[in-house]
Amino acid sequence: MDFGQLATNVLTEMLGPTAIAYALAAIGLNIHFGLTGLINMGQAGFMLLGAYGFAISTIQGAPVWLAFLVAVAAAVVFALLLGLPTLKLRGDYLAIVTIAAAEIVRMIGRSTALTEVTGGAEGLTGNSFKATFQDASPFPDDRWTLGPITLATNASNSWWLRIVGWSLVLLACLFVWRLMRSPWGRVLKGIREDEDAVRALGKNVYGYKLQALVLGGVFGALGGIVFVLASSVQADSLGRPVTFNTWTILLLGGAATVLGPVLGSLLFWGALVFVRGFLRGVVPPDALSVQQIEQIGWVLVGLTLMALIVFRPQGILGDKKELAINAH
Amino acid sequence: MPIEDVVEQARRDLATVPRVPGAPKPAPILVADGVRRTFGGVNAVDVAHLEVQKNVITALIGPNGAGKTTLFNLMTGFDKPDTGRWDFEGTSLAGVAASRVATAGMVRTFQLTKALARMTVLDNMRLGARDQPGEGLLSALVKPLWAPREREITDKALSLLERFKLDAKKDDFAGSLSGGQRKLLEMARALMSDPRLVMLDEPMAGVNPALTQSLLGHITDLRDTGTTVLFVEHDMHMVRHISDWVVVMAQGQVVAEGPPSEVMADQAVIDAYLGAHHDMDLGDDALLDEGSVIDAEADAEAEAELTTKAEEKAP
Repeated sequence: MDFGQLATNVLTEMLGPTAIAYALAAIGLNIHFGLTGLINMGQAGFMLLGAYGFAISTIQGAPVWLAFLVAVAAAVVFALLLGLPTLKLRGDYLAIVTIAAAEIVRMIGRSTALTEVTGGAEGLTGNSFKATFQDASPFPDDRWTLGPITLATNASNSWWLRIVGWSLVLLACLFVWRLMRSPWGRVLKGIREDEDAVRALGKNVYGYKLQALVLGGVFGALGGIVFVLASSVQADSLGRPVTFNTWTILLLGGAATVLGPVLGSLLFWGALVFVRGFLRGVVPPDALSVQQIEQIGWVLVGLTLMALIVFRPQGILGDKKELAINAH
Repeated sequence: MPIEDVVEQARRDLATVPRVPGAPKPAPILVADGVRRTFGGVNAVDVAHLEVQKNVITALIGPNGAGKTTLFNLMTGFDKPDTGRWDFEGTSLAGVAASRVATAGMVRTFQLTKALARMTVLDNMRLGARDQPGEGLLSALVKPLWAPREREITDKALSLLERFKLDAKKDDFAGSLSGGQRKLLEMARALMSDPRLVMLDEPMAGVNPALTQSLLGHITDLRDTGTTVLFVEHDMHMVRHISDWVVVMAQGQVVAEGPPSEVMADQAVIDAYLGAHHDMDLGDDALLDEGSVIDAEADAEAEAELTTKAEEKAP
């Protein structure tokens, strides 16, 4: 088998838009869970809303900056809708509400009644909304090669999308780094530990939780935009599994760390492509079909998550000491 | 008037207060009227009138289930009463959110200590401070906006930690502290905002005898520096030792008030509470909403009981 090709595939996937999208979504989830202790089981809903917000507004003729704003605004409104009624209740309720709400967004998105707007179950094809983003690129239309990777400069799964995506990830990390080490981040950590104690110290816990939910959701929406700019908007491609993968990524990298979500996403997608490519190379096709190998890849993801929770619950970058003190 | 004289005056004024439940005080800091809270038809708290004198230490005692902690929860916005109103320094706090009660100057601690386990001791302290602009989302992004205030807060935190003998632990996670140290930390944290009334819920529960003395010292220091103290406690030794005034609750009502020596000689109080004191504590109203920790709580209670007994036996 060709290990050089396999390594190239792994590298391409690790630097690709899927890894970027999940890194952004996991950064958002880290603000929810790692910093504030909110259990958001509907991050895919935020991503899907971001994707729809961007794509639909672009199709309606909005310039690229406005499309980004619409996506962000959609996530903000969604977070407020979810948070206002539930954040006064115990944490578990938010988990239930978010998973249900994300499903509602997906169902509405794929419903036939909205085919005109969302494209229904077929979704919105990439060509219908990618033009403004690609036109914003300063590069000439070409194919460039960097090391082993050759990609188009602007079209779809391009260098331009990677540059914008990784810049977003970098900015998001700087943002989270600054906030985590600020008094604002301290209040959030306090809420994660014991919100009654923080309330007794005169902080408006509800307001802080709402801010965290909105902020994390906005990063989810940005992830959603990157995700669909490489392919198309299709409601079912941003369903529950996406939320669970994002959780795996966050726990793998290490919650409550700045770079954990990014490292988690790189490893998650790199490992998935590696396992599939490796099995395809060594297992004869009559023993396992390509489709079965795809599924075995996911099975291994599940097993990894289980092993991770049991043997290294703090993730790769997490602080063992911090987790060893069991607060509850 | 220097603060020592104010405190002396406040303590002397109590001598003239009639020894009846709900007695008016010369300078009340907290006044509650008709506060009632029912849990499934049972009046957990039914206080007709209660005044807490400013600048003194008031103890709130009574058998388990008497409604002491529930009253604390109601006063501090952690629970909502069915009826009733209460004023803190002349401002009504009925229906005010817990965080606003704290910013108004009335800060509480909890029976089951709420140290923020996975934060350092110093960060725990800093969290107690007020007026930190960096606690706003946008200003948090610009460090120069909050760094000067952060330095002030840190200095204050360090001096408080020194006072409470926790300065050596400042960089440890609060979760690694012992039970008694957590009590100290929680009290120190409450002081970060310079509250005018501190409400301590069982400050002695689970604290080893060696620490008891210094805790008592801290509480009287609080009063002597101008902070009013209201505390719930089962340790009669402590109540007798440091309180200027004692309020007795039973079945949700205030049944007696007076200086410690007189209240503890009161036959009704002995019947309602003190006589039964040596029985094992098996429940407390706080456990109604904290069921999962019943065992830990019972252990702590038992330990506190043993401590009390041991002290009483000692010559």
